[in-house]
Amino acid sequence: MEFAAILKIAFRALARNKMRSVLTMLGIIIGVGAVIAMVGVGQGAQQKVQDQIASMGTNLLFISSGTVTRGGLHMGWGQTKTLIYDDMKAIQREIPTVAKAAPGSGTSAQVVFENQNWYTRVNGTEPQYFDIRDWPIAAGSSFSQDDVTQSANVAVIGETVRQNLYGATDPIGTTIRIGTLPFQVVGVLAAKGQSGMGQDQDDTVVVPITTLQKKITGQNWLQFIMISATSQPATYAAQQQITLLLRDRHRIRPGTDDDFFVRNLADVAELADQSSRVMTLLLASIAGVSLIVGGIGIMNIMLVSVTERTREIGIRMAIGATEQDVQRQFLSESVVLSLIGGAIGIVFGVGSSFVITKTLGWNVLISPMAIVAAVVFSMAVGIFFGFYPARKAAHLDPIEALRFE
Amino acid sequence: MATLAHSDIVTAQPDVQNVISVADVHKYYDLGETKVHALRGVSLDIRHGEFVAIMGSSGSGKSTFMNLLGCLDKPTSGRYSLNGTDVSELDKSALAAIRNRELGFVFQGFNLLARTTALENVELPTLYARLDKNQRTARAEKALNMVGLGDRMDHFPSQLSGGQQQRVAIARGLVNQPSILLADEPTGNLDSRTSVEILQIFQDLNDQGLTIVLVTHEPDIAQFAKRVVVFRDGKIRRDDAARNRPRAADVLLKMPTVED
Repeated sequence: MEFAAILKIAFRALARNKMRSVLTMLGIIIGVGAVIAMVGVGQGAQQKVQDQIASMGTNLLFISSGTVTRGGLHMGWGQTKTLIYDDMKAIQREIPTVAKAAPGSGTSAQVVFENQNWYTRVNGTEPQYFDIRDWPIAAGSSFSQDDVTQSANVAVIGETVRQNLYGATDPIGTTIRIGTLPFQVVGVLAAKGQSGMGQDQDDTVVVPITTLQKKITGQNWLQFIMISATSQPATYAAQQQITLLLRDRHRIRPGTDDDFFVRNLADVAELADQSSRVMTLLLASIAGVSLIVGGIGIMNIMLVSVTERTREIGIRMAIGATEQDVQRQFLSESVVLSLIGGAIGIVFGVGSSFVITKTLGWNVLISPMAIVAAVVFSMAVGIFFGFYPARKAAHLDPIEALRFE
Repeated sequence: MATLAHSDIVTAQPDVQNVISVADVHKYYDLGETKVHALRGVSLDIRHGEFVAIMGSSGSGKSTFMNLLGCLDKPTSGRYSLNGTDVSELDKSALAAIRNRELGFVFQGFNLLARTTALENVELPTLYARLDKNQRTARAEKALNMVGLGDRMDHFPSQLSGGQQQRVAIARGLVNQPSILLADEPTGNLDSRTSVEILQIFQDLNDQGLTIVLVTHEPDIAQFAKRVVVFRDGKIRRDDAARNRPRAADVLLKMPTVED
């Protein structure tokens, strides 16, 4: 029998029981919709995580001072006083894969402008810090290397600090107090939002490292060094070389723990990426279960349909339908059912993933792959779950079927 | 009433002497504990152009025999050849093809597809014969015109009277130009006047050369055939040429028209 005729018969049979067809389709609609929506949400989350990691900077290595054990107690990271400015200079000098490096140390302090005040993180560094972190200055400018040399009282403030201290006032050129010292505000950083760990990166004031060390904290060691490698693959080599170099400079004997800690942001990124991918897969497979349940619904209704139409099957066989003809007829019904359901499900899924991602403030990501997969999968569901009822119909004995009341 | 002018739809049959040739056919049904011996050695030849009535009470084996003739079932033993081909050894899809092209069925309960127009019901066998759409429609229209339903093509079975439904079924049986028309109690659900009208169609078709096998348990109906075969206990008991065979057209003239 020709394809068009088979399709026509299938459509007519489905139209005969509209309510039943729609309800059966609903299973597939929900299944396909859920798969697409969940994959969309998962991929949106993945994208969000990737964006956050990219916002930390490119090809980034983060060296922090290490732990100290005092009387058998681990005191946590950033406690050792051995990481110093000269270490950074040595790294820059001796490791060719290191493109840029910036020292860093920080403390928390009360920041005051006129009658407003804000408690925030004050970080000391050098101007290239903003390059390494891909952090543009939104207004004004960064402080200069000269400011670092002269331990000048200049500051660049983050967006959160600006909002809390200034409101609508232009901060450039104004003077704030950090603790008791006056600082001139030279620039405002562009908003960066939350870090991958959920910290507000804009809640900060950045001053020259020398100013911080000499005038605020009185410490001459560093809490961290930020390094940008020449390329992504180079980060791994740089990580090893830095470790070796610092162990040598800090005279750490073999077998003893490092007194510093080198983290490759690529590792962190990969880890985060992996976990969000696992989440996507998990969501998709849960949604997939509902697609299978929808398929069972199709099988159920097709079995009912075969029983109801036993006499019709008998008539068709008596006038010359072969087993294949009958099987094809019922199979095409279940495939049409699942394909229409799949098509509506795509619309439904795309719509709901729009709503979900908009609500969460993520980018909407509808992958064409998920849609193609949904179509193929719903067709497969139709064939798989339609096969048994169709076979049952095809194997009916025409004499028995004709006698069926 | 139909004037069967379109004789061209009933094609001349190939020059085979016996359309049906059944030789010593047995049929057992194995019902688990009991075995039913439905046919106990039946031999029957039906020549081209015959109009045979098969009679018998229920349990006589006539229905089983009809199912065998209709290639819906296979004999346990014996030989059945249709138009010179031995069909007892064919597989299911080959039998489906034979049912489709060589046989036309008319049933007691009409067996039309509900919510399907008369035209589409008649087209159904041509669909399975894989004819193209134009040919299908042309043949179906011609067959419906033959049974006098040219003006009812778009009606659904529920909109037609019993006699009209049976005529649609006859048109469906004829649409693939079969060698034989097999009618199983075709008047069982019809009143007596409509029954005779249906028999008139059969007689007209037979006059044009179509071979007809009619199963019935009513002698009133069987008398319109040219030959009457009586089954009892799975065997043929009588096989006579009909004498004083009435013409359905004449009978109709004498019958009172029922007004209701």
